[in-house]
Amino acid sequence: MPHSHSSDDSFARSAARPLALFGGAAVLALVLLMFLLDFLAGLASAGGAGTATGVDVERQEITVYLREEPPQLNSMLATDAVSGMVLGHVMEGLLRYDENSQIVPGLAERWEINGTRAVFHLRENARWSNGEPITAADFEYAWKTALDPATASQYAFIFYAIKNAEAANTGSLPVSEVGVRALDARTLEVELEQPVAYFDKLVAFVTYLPVSAAFHRQMGERYGADADTMLYSGPFMLTSWVHGASLRMERNPHYWDQDRVRLNAINAAYITSDSNTLLNLYKDGRIVQVDLSAEMLEGAMQQRWHLDRFMDGSVFFIDFNHRPERVTRNLNLRQAMQLAQNSNELVDRVIKLPGYLPAKSLFPVWLQGVERPLREEYPAPEAPYDVALAREYLERARQELGLTQFPPLVLLADTSPVATISSQYYQEVFKRNLGLDIIIDAQTFQQRLAKMDAGDFDIVLSGWGPDYNDPLTFADLYASWNLNNRGRFASERVDALVRQAQSSTDNAARMAAFGEIQQILFDEVALIGNYERGRVYATDPRVKGILRRVFGAEVDYTNAYIEVAP
Amino acid sequence: MWQYTLKRILQGIITVWFIATATFLAMHNVPGDPLSGGRAISPEIRANLEARYGLDKPLGEQYLQYLGNLLRGDFGISFTQQNRQVNDIIREHFPVSATLGILAVLFAALGGVLWGALTALYRNRLPDTVIMFLVILGISVPSFVFAALGQLALVNVNALLGVSLLPVAGWGGVGHMILPAQVLGMGTMAYLTRLMRSSMLEIMHSDYIRTARAKGLPPARIFTRHQLRNAILPVITVLGPAIAAITTGGFVVELVFAIPGLGRYFVQAVQQLDYTVIMGTTVFYGAFLVGMVIVVDLLYGWIDPRVRLQ
Amino acid sequence: MSPTELPQGLSAADFLPLERRDHAQGISRPSRSYWQDAWARLRRNRRALASLWIIVGLLAFALVGPALWRVDPARQDIDQISQGPLADRSATVVAPYAAWNGQAAAGYENGSGLRLAQAGNSQAVRLIWDAVPEASALRLYRNIFPVEADMAFGLPIAEFASGAAGFYEDRLDLRPGTYHYSLVALNADRSLSTRYEVLEVEVARVITLDEVRARALVPETTVLAEGDAVNLALHPLGTDYLGRDMLARLMAGARVSLFIGIVAPVLYVLLGVLYGSTAGFLGGRVDQWMMRFADFVVALPFLLFMILFQVVFGIGPGESGIAPMLAALVLLAWPATARLVRGQILQIRHQAYISASRLLGAPDWYLVLRHMIPNTLGVILVTLTFAVPSAIFTEAFLSFIGMGVAPPTASWGSMSNEGLATMLTHPHELIFPALFISITVLAFNLLGDGLRDALDARMRSLE
Repeated sequence: MPHSHSSDDSFARSAARPLALFGGAAVLALVLLMFLLDFLAGLASAGGAGTATGVDVERQEITVYLREEPPQLNSMLATDAVSGMVLGHVMEGLLRYDENSQIVPGLAERWEINGTRAVFHLRENARWSNGEPITAADFEYAWKTALDPATASQYAFIFYAIKNAEAANTGSLPVSEVGVRALDARTLEVELEQPVAYFDKLVAFVTYLPVSAAFHRQMGERYGADADTMLYSGPFMLTSWVHGASLRMERNPHYWDQDRVRLNAINAAYITSDSNTLLNLYKDGRIVQVDLSAEMLEGAMQQRWHLDRFMDGSVFFIDFNHRPERVTRNLNLRQAMQLAQNSNELVDRVIKLPGYLPAKSLFPVWLQGVERPLREEYPAPEAPYDVALAREYLERARQELGLTQFPPLVLLADTSPVATISSQYYQEVFKRNLGLDIIIDAQTFQQRLAKMDAGDFDIVLSGWGPDYNDPLTFADLYASWNLNNRGRFASERVDALVRQAQSSTDNAARMAAFGEIQQILFDEVALIGNYERGRVYATDPRVKGILRRVFGAEVDYTNAYIEVAP
Repeated sequence: MWQYTLKRILQGIITVWFIATATFLAMHNVPGDPLSGGRAISPEIRANLEARYGLDKPLGEQYLQYLGNLLRGDFGISFTQQNRQVNDIIREHFPVSATLGILAVLFAALGGVLWGALTALYRNRLPDTVIMFLVILGISVPSFVFAALGQLALVNVNALLGVSLLPVAGWGGVGHMILPAQVLGMGTMAYLTRLMRSSMLEIMHSDYIRTARAKGLPPARIFTRHQLRNAILPVITVLGPAIAAITTGGFVVELVFAIPGLGRYFVQAVQQLDYTVIMGTTVFYGAFLVGMVIVVDLLYGWIDPRVRLQ
Repeated sequence: MSPTELPQGLSAADFLPLERRDHAQGISRPSRSYWQDAWARLRRNRRALASLWIIVGLLAFALVGPALWRVDPARQDIDQISQGPLADRSATVVAPYAAWNGQAAAGYENGSGLRLAQAGNSQAVRLIWDAVPEASALRLYRNIFPVEADMAFGLPIAEFASGAAGFYEDRLDLRPGTYHYSLVALNADRSLSTRYEVLEVEVARVITLDEVRARALVPETTVLAEGDAVNLALHPLGTDYLGRDMLARLMAGARVSLFIGIVAPVLYVLLGVLYGSTAGFLGGRVDQWMMRFADFVVALPFLLFMILFQVVFGIGPGESGIAPMLAALVLLAWPATARLVRGQILQIRHQAYISASRLLGAPDWYLVLRHMIPNTLGVILVTLTFAVPSAIFTEAFLSFIGMGVAPPTASWGSMSNEGLATMLTHPHELIFPALFISITVLAFNLLGDGLRDALDARMRSLE
């Protein structure tokens, strides 16, 4: 197409000015609009993260992140780690764990557990965040409400050690029959079904937290949905909760143990699980601590950050489907699979994050035995990594099952990054070493559990986190009556040992039972251990005293303080 | 005009009903269920939970109840956030998504018009080449890569300057909006730039521009009054769908920049099979989209008298 | 048509067609069909032509590539995880790994403090140390830099409950290079004290004979002894986080991404053409109802329903997840084409040549096949070309939010998403798949522009 270039040129020049004006006006309009929208958004919700820095020395505040939004902060319904983390700061129960995961007094100044009777004596200065006293009745109310079938609390089973609790929860007895009673404002009496050696540890669990009866009734369904629909008993209290964006916890002036608390406020200003975003926030000085993935370690070393590691207490393993129609019911097949893999390789070469440990047993290394760690008193039996032997077992299994060839096995896994890596790793390992075809069935967490319940798998990448600091929290997982035993492993001996560990108060006998359970689970190849989960994290050097813990808040800022450089 | 508007609104309502039904049927055919948790629950408790959400009733009854609730504007209670109404979730998080979306669209539209006009004016010369290269990037790079790289670049700029120029992520202030809106609007801006460019070029050679020039109108006036105004029309046509796509498609940006928008809630709800939130969000977004299209159509008729609404 | 009785006076011969006369009117230039004309115009458009070749190249990469580069994309090379392109791959053959009891090897008996118990290699670094006085516990760190005044020790590798002499075997992700180990004494409250010992360790890449054989790194006949050098498997574009060959995965990913990117649009455009032409041709009330339904589908929020359908269809065990994505795309994306085609058909229906053809007794199917479809084909082709990039983007987007293809299936989208995690340390894992997406999207866009210019005078842009 012919044009005259000179006239175009002059035209362009003369048009440039209005265009520049337009551009300027556009930018100005955008900026104005942004402020307007910001103002409007501010009207709709109560502001957000602001631009606070990670450490505010002047106001003695720190800024942190949450991996996800707590679904709610109703302690009677809470099931997840993030809710546990927030509740660990804003609530305190009768007892709590200290920095070494030992039980220490919380709102109860002393307690006695004799056989089937436990009595807790509350502190005189235990107060809700509105200044009202916390009474024994608040505990009775919370526990009974959690057990009420209408509440449908998923963690109600944690009360089942209490007399009539299970019957009340399943609706066969009224809740009033449950063996917990406020004798007076400061004395709580609990009647147990049978002696429970670890009842004090159970009481430190989230579901055992108190709830102010009057306040809960007043709030109804809204209890725990917002910052102002709760009363707090812990060192901090929630003063603002912008859903999906931020939570702010401020020092609770009515908390009894003010000496423990040194920060004025904790801002959970970012809610995201995107690890790159979190890393960027930490680099930018917006948050005080960040967990690192294996890929980030090199960068972290280059930044010369001070790194720490921590094991979060959970164990991950391959679980088998023992239902009758499944080939995985065959012991030789399971044995072959155990011999054909090496969890060291998974941890050292594939996950490659320090802090992860190869899992050698259902019982993680940190569990306490009689005097020393359980795993030192009862070392986990180990299978060698022996592909030739594994193939022999496989051949035996094939003959026993009368198969010419193994059908493909379905490996159920969820879609978390480590599960995705592990499932692909094992798929290749079993293919290479045993010639087994593994079909990965990757599902979201919810769907994985639903499929496990339905028995719709051969092997599954599963995991278990402890609820209380006693080996039983792991040991009863393979009891035949446990609903979480989703592969339907059944062994009469294991059942008997679990019952013994539940009812015995003789510590040595209990640990011996756990040792035997460990051996049986190994002999029967009920599971193949993958890893004990760890975390590597970088912390702002100005902030000290942040605890990472297995029980209670997984990251605990209660004792944290800001160290000002001299 | 009024009749037309009324007709469109009626059609819109039927469309929303269609969406609601499609979502309902889709949700009730999903394998798995929202009640599974890390700790297994007894059959008694499961029954209680099902009763609470009305999952124990026959499908037909559930559907009627669901429609009834919709008519009253009640989306029910969330499964995962057991004491929050879906209405509350939408009310709190949609404004965030909308804010981001509006900004992104405006950024895209203003930028597109500006860059498009520039490239047309300086056709085949340096500004054209540079801008068209950026446009190509905007069209061909996936948004999540853009978002991640943009954030990374910002961190490095902040580190280099020693001050925080803009916040890296989060929500709450004007500063939080700038980068996410740019990333979100990038693709649309690139598209609009191309559209504006060709529309400008077409008009440049039209008869009325020649006439205007011939009668000695100052070039600046020709440019603003005749050229720009007419060239913008096609841009406005595509704006409606663009607003809808951007507002409902902010997932990636919301995820990367930790923005509490509705999109992020939707993705989360899908992963957790939170039926009520999924259905509520879909129906709400569907209604929003339908409304948006109607408004844009009406607006277009008002701006361009050549278009007659029928 | 059924033969009917002829009126009187006429015979069947009267209805025979006239003899065909080829040169009734002389045309001096060779006649060019619409398509020849379009092709000539497309060929003049250098950008479009280049894009066409790029697309052909990409298809060849996906289809022929795996035949040339015969590496299993699922094969994990545990020795070379996240290896960059063209990285050094030599390794020394050593004895198989054996458990270690803390004894120093020959030549390493002497020394004090933190020291090696034998030469460090990628199999293991074995460290021993003497008791550290006044330490209540020890922590072992590993770094890639020497410790300086800022006391950045690097990765905490292990912790020991007392200050006694001890040993440790480090096997965590050892790569060839230099490591700096530090053994730091801890105070009673587990905080770091200022006392530490350092050790610099050179790590050489090693491989055992069994591994060489298992991975077939040398021909069967080659005799190898400990100390010999071998080359590990070649990965021209490096490996991913599981040691899988990037090139092979990109090829496998190309199959998935291009399959979704091309087949889905073809299917939904086909569906749209059928639906739209039926509606347009039948017209009237049927057309009204059919288009109303299409309007409903258009009103569905696309991405939301894409995600929803992904969940509803579900990905069963071992399935790649391609089928549900394809189904969802087709179900949601057809109405745009249907509308377009219907509009075209409605326009064409009233053209004079259609009326003429109808007058000449052409049956309906003939009208549709001979006139209507060919005349809309240009528009359809352009739509199709522009639909490819959006389908590829949709796949990538779904992969990003974790709803894409199921592992271990590779697609460019899922590879980019995985690459984001390693973006800083191993950028090649993001760059390659992202580049392929960009190139493909760009090529189809430019080709679409070219086609539009070449095929449809009314839609021609002024570039």
